[in-house]
Amino acid sequence: MVGTQDTLAVEAFGLTKVYGSGNTEVQALRGVDLSLARGEVIALLGPSGAGKSTLLTIVGLVNPPTAGRIRMAGKPVVEDGRFTVDVRSFRRQHMGFVFQKANLIPFLTARENVQVAMEINGHSPRRAKHGATELLDYLGVADRADHYPNMLSGGQQQRVAVARALANQPSLILADEPTAALDSVRGRQVMDLFRKVAHERQAGVIVVTHDHRALDLFDRALEMEDGLIRGKPAVAP
Amino acid sequence: MNLALKDIRHNFGRFALTAIGIGLLLMLVMGMGGIYRGLVDDATLLVNRINADLWVVQKNTRGPFAEISRIPANTEDRVRAVPEVASSDDFVSHTIQREQAGRPLRMTVQGLSWPQDKGEWLPLIAGRRLAQAHYEMIADKSLGLSLGTRMALGKDTYTVVGITRNMASTAGDSMVFVTLADSQAIQYDQSGEAVRLEREARKTRASEFDPGRVQPEILNRAVGPSSGIPALGPPPVSAVVVKIMPGADLAHVAAAIASWPDVSVYTADAQRQLLVGGMVDKSRRQLGLFRGLLIIVSAIIMALILYTLTLDKIHDIAVLKLMGARNMVVINLILQQAVLLGAIGYGIAYLAGQWVFPVFPRRVLIVNEDLWLLAGIVLAISVLASLLGIWRAMKVQPNEVIS
Repeated sequence: MVGTQDTLAVEAFGLTKVYGSGNTEVQALRGVDLSLARGEVIALLGPSGAGKSTLLTIVGLVNPPTAGRIRMAGKPVVEDGRFTVDVRSFRRQHMGFVFQKANLIPFLTARENVQVAMEINGHSPRRAKHGATELLDYLGVADRADHYPNMLSGGQQQRVAVARALANQPSLILADEPTAALDSVRGRQVMDLFRKVAHERQAGVIVVTHDHRALDLFDRALEMEDGLIRGKPAVAP
Repeated sequence: MNLALKDIRHNFGRFALTAIGIGLLLMLVMGMGGIYRGLVDDATLLVNRINADLWVVQKNTRGPFAEISRIPANTEDRVRAVPEVASSDDFVSHTIQREQAGRPLRMTVQGLSWPQDKGEWLPLIAGRRLAQAHYEMIADKSLGLSLGTRMALGKDTYTVVGITRNMASTAGDSMVFVTLADSQAIQYDQSGEAVRLEREARKTRASEFDPGRVQPEILNRAVGPSSGIPALGPPPVSAVVVKIMPGADLAHVAAAIASWPDVSVYTADAQRQLLVGGMVDKSRRQLGLFRGLLIIVSAIIMALILYTLTLDKIHDIAVLKLMGARNMVVINLILQQAVLLGAIGYGIAYLAGQWVFPVFPRRVLIVNEDLWLLAGIVLAISVLASLLGIWRAMKVQPNEVIS
């Protein structure tokens, strides 16, 4: 999918990442190009060590690349391997994360887990609470809003995690094996959820996954191997 | 949203137990300060309460508290004759240990110069002041004696007619107050056999000299009561306390009395210096050092607790950072919990102290100045102790969540 700069969630060119030096040097990424439109959901596939998580941390502005550049929200965020924006501020305004484990904060209720993400971004507590309630309702877990994470099932926890990722209306959602801890039915439900929020809320979604059974829910599937996106990015069946 | 309070709410039991533990630790620090204060206050209590301008004691001694002092009882009359002296009174004080109702009772017996001093300056909480020259006493509450209790001291029985409080000697022993004559009777009490032996000894000594041989009346006097022998003076006193006239020159009066070759003179301030700087100095310094150590131990324990509490949340802190939380969000989480823990611990220490300190055998004196100081120290400890946790939290990278 090709879009204008306004419709692109992220655009990356020549991303490389090198760990160590000399004999211990490891090239985790070898010049990766990536383009993702708002509303698009792509799957990132590949064996362990292919560079999927490295790509995720670089696109998520958690680690800088060794070289390459990235544009997001219409402006450069990485140039020549260096961040050009306040990454924490940029992350809270434009990005959402979902992990293999829900990683909900255990001392906050489901609603508060979503609410805190909005308050961190400057929303008033009252507005954040209202927004969090709406999001939980949107994701079908409103009835569990006042429960702590340890009182929720795995699927419910992931739904709350998705709600948290959506809290600040991000242009990009990054998910690292979000269904690995779920059974196939619940896993598919979560993947379907990504598709729904991407299309309805116009967020680009990158999902790192080993689960080939739900590939039909993605707009594209990218296969990574040895730090490269293999072949031409293909549209999923 | 206050993350610190949310965390406490969710882990209330653990937080409460931790706060109680820190509270008890701070109570020890508070108590140690109180014992220190009590020691110093007890040491100077009598000097302050008696409120004399000058203390006249035996020559070259630091009496009557720091060391034994004995001066003739008539020194009181000599002092009164000094110009600009308003009053002078004998001071007699000694410590005894007796049994009462099967338990040891240690007390310092203080003589009051009856009839001019009936104990008006004592803070009574029950009963009355002395109303007769003999056989009545005012006792400190800590002795556990009730009004009307009768106690045999020496050859006489004394009745408790008044109860005072917070009256302890320089050594911390609870005090009883009787008239000066009774105090001396108790101090110099001898058994009948000892009196008989002394009289026989006097008779023997007198019969070995010519006057005794030729004057039978001398031998008769020698075997009689001591008070009937003019050559034997009344028992000595420990000191004479002096008040000067309003507007009189204290240094001038002190110099006049100090010029006598048999006495030394101290002002009330000098007497306090002797007590605090000498008598209780080692105990005071020891308590001070111990208190300092306790504060350091408290700081280390609090730092470890807060560090552990932070480690428990380290993954959540990484999540917050990944979500884009500013450092202040994380710092506030740790710092607020630290300050809250310190504040609640301090409150528990104060409240527990109100119950526990009165049970201590020696006075634990908690003054506002020390409470404010300790509050400041606890605040400083809380902030410093949280630094270790904050340092660890700042080192956490958001990619720890992804990896």
